[in-house]
Amino acid sequence: MSEKIEYLKRRVAARKMSRREFVGRATAMGVSAAAAGTMFANAAQAAGPVRGGTLKAGLSGGASSDTLDPALVASEATHGILRTWSDTLVNVSRDGAVVPRLAEEITSSPDAKTWNFRLRKGVEFHNGKTMTPEDVVATIERHTGDEAKSGAQGIVKGIESMAIDGDIVSITLSQANADFPYLMADYHLAIQPNGGKDDPNAGIGTGAYIIESNEPGVRTTFHKNPNDWDPDRGYADNVEILVINDATARTSALQSGQVDMINRVDPKVAGLLDRAPNLTVKNVSGRGHYVFIMRIETDEFVNNDLRMALKLAINRQEMVDKILRGYGSVGNDFPINAAYPLFDDTIEQREYDPEKAAEYYRKSGHDGSPIILRTSDAAFPGAVEAAQLFQESARTAGIPLEVKREPSDGYWSEVWNVKPFCTSYWSGRPVQDQMYSTAYLSTAEWNDTQWKRPEFDAMLIEAKAELDPARRKELYSKMAWMLRDEGGLILPMFNDFVDAISTRVMGYEDDPNGELMDHFAMQRCWVEG
Amino acid sequence: MHPIVKLVAQRLALGILLLFAASVLIFAGTQILPGDVAQSILGQSATETTLANLREQLGLNEPAVTRYFKWLFAALHGDLGTALTNGADIAESLGKRLKNTLFLAACAAAVSVPLAITLGLVAVRFRDRWPDKLISAATLATISIPEFLLGYVLAWFIAVKWGWAPSVAMISDSMSLAEKLHAVALPVAVLTMVVLAHMMRMTRAAILNVMQSAYIETAELKGLSGLEVIRKHALPNAVAPIVNVVMLNLAYLVVGVVVVEVVFVYPGLGQYLVDHVSKRDVPVVQACGLIFAAVYIGLNMVADIVSILANPRLRHPK
Repeated sequence: MSEKIEYLKRRVAARKMSRREFVGRATAMGVSAAAAGTMFANAAQAAGPVRGGTLKAGLSGGASSDTLDPALVASEATHGILRTWSDTLVNVSRDGAVVPRLAEEITSSPDAKTWNFRLRKGVEFHNGKTMTPEDVVATIERHTGDEAKSGAQGIVKGIESMAIDGDIVSITLSQANADFPYLMADYHLAIQPNGGKDDPNAGIGTGAYIIESNEPGVRTTFHKNPNDWDPDRGYADNVEILVINDATARTSALQSGQVDMINRVDPKVAGLLDRAPNLTVKNVSGRGHYVFIMRIETDEFVNNDLRMALKLAINRQEMVDKILRGYGSVGNDFPINAAYPLFDDTIEQREYDPEKAAEYYRKSGHDGSPIILRTSDAAFPGAVEAAQLFQESARTAGIPLEVKREPSDGYWSEVWNVKPFCTSYWSGRPVQDQMYSTAYLSTAEWNDTQWKRPEFDAMLIEAKAELDPARRKELYSKMAWMLRDEGGLILPMFNDFVDAISTRVMGYEDDPNGELMDHFAMQRCWVEG
Repeated sequence: MHPIVKLVAQRLALGILLLFAASVLIFAGTQILPGDVAQSILGQSATETTLANLREQLGLNEPAVTRYFKWLFAALHGDLGTALTNGADIAESLGKRLKNTLFLAACAAAVSVPLAITLGLVAVRFRDRWPDKLISAATLATISIPEFLLGYVLAWFIAVKWGWAPSVAMISDSMSLAEKLHAVALPVAVLTMVVLAHMMRMTRAAILNVMQSAYIETAELKGLSGLEVIRKHALPNAVAPIVNVVMLNLAYLVVGVVVVEVVFVYPGLGQYLVDHVSKRDVPVVQACGLIFAAVYIGLNMVADIVSILANPRLRHPK
């Protein structure tokens, strides 16, 4: 029988057999329909990409007030649209390495203060203009400055000066940063002709697809860029991105075949959806995490014994099972996981231990009055339930928690970064340096746990300038231990990205950088049949 | 002047006056919204100078009355301004959405109004017998179920299970009329179910009221059949209340269907308004408010005029 199956697989690889035919014959030989589907997918994937057809994505996170300006991209649908028409200097690969894109070669001065990007030659924008170093400099300039209103403002802040030498753009930083190329992978920094200074909303870039029509919050249609510089992408002739904000509408659009891929599948239905015959649910562990924030400088949480008691009183596995329905992994009270480069996997996992928690709670000398935990659905999906689970597990350890539900409107301005104890969400960053610099540096604006340790800051700055990976890893490991044992962060879980794709879509790969292959799925997937 | 012309002219004048009053309310309402427009556009990056510049640019330093008349004057010339969030021309983007909304409303009305009136007539003809009870029970059931649930249930069976109609009712200019009708089949079905009961019950009640009259008895004694009596003698005398309730439901179909738009991803005016309200995009909110007010006032005016025209005492004065 296996010979016959092999024969069928070869027919598929040679594109001589359709999915329907293959599954039909394979099941006739006693293979289950699900297994036959997988076999077909593998065989077709091995055969390489197919060109042609239309790829349709249904994405949440769009509104009729959206624009095409890369600087203002903040939600998923606008992110997906941007990725489809634009390129950045570099990308971050699935295993966390920097991949040259519009920059062909990246070198730095030995002190990691000056970075040289040699640009790819002969790259054309959609309007026929050839990309020049001036365009790159203008793009970065447009995101700098107080009036820029750009999502990348914090990233380009450290740039001191830029210079052009032939086809090389050299960027000098005010402070050494070994991770600088990672920052250039930020999607806001999509290269536009003259940096988009003439018309930021033009939607003209160097991507695999050219925008045909754009109705904000409804639909954006694209056709293949005939002069694309990268032959290994842009397989479909046309791409359509539909904005479908309602989760149920999104899943029914996929099930009824009106779209080929969707983002943000509700974990509550993901298991059921995966049983549907014509689609697959893809969950990819990423760097986003659901957290409880204790502000160290408040009267209560200045006491590390109380912080430790609460860290031990949370049942992490239960949270992953009940809040994420298994689509996630447990956290260890520091914001880094295996999805980051230079992660130290030898750091001991903290477990739920009510007895030890009770011991620390007694040691802290807390007066026994209920500790108020503020929460809202705005923090993350299921935040209210997560707070209640925490309340229960802490009760077992004899620690009284009082869950206070706050309105979603204004949660990020009135509660988070203001009140002593609350639920929150962090989306993660491509590298450890960026994550720590954003939220754990003494001077960081978003240092929500009020973590202010000079020795931690010193290690962070040392690691930033260190080009030896072994030494950097060691520094990051020390920082992680410190934060885990003394910080104000309770990190019970990292959430997965949950996408669903139709079985006619090929070329999907798990990417921890973001949902739908970090939104590159529209450029890199192809449709079969 | 014929008194009926005078009455209609009075109605029209009153409608226009009402629209102006509504425009004052809309403008005042958006002014008392918390937060300064300039502040909400600039957000975190606001500084004293940028705030002052933007206020100057938007004309926020002028008194509210001056701004109101400027806005009204521009709106009367078809200039609704540009959206603060994405700088798009409001008249243009709103026009597209309005066209979609009117298309959906027209399709739903074309199905639901004749259906409701026919069902109402049938219910009267078979009053208190099983067809009447069946019609009442069925329409009351569909109006009682929340519309999003009706939408999801229909989408599950008709789009996912059987594949007869799409669950994403996205229409675009490149589609033919037949394609558009196919695309909106599910939202039209849901909207029909939602508005049917109200119109059907009103038709039934209005005609039943007339059925007590002496002339109906005379018509019956003349030997006319049941449906003939209703069609020729009862219905014309019950037109006024029926038109009123029909217009009320048409207005609902234009301004109140945001839930159905979300469930079926329909690019209508409701979703457009909600998106901009959440971003405090005041000019768009004002423009939408004006359109909605005009639709309500216009349809109610039509109902009034039809009731006037339907009254023979006004049509043929002594």
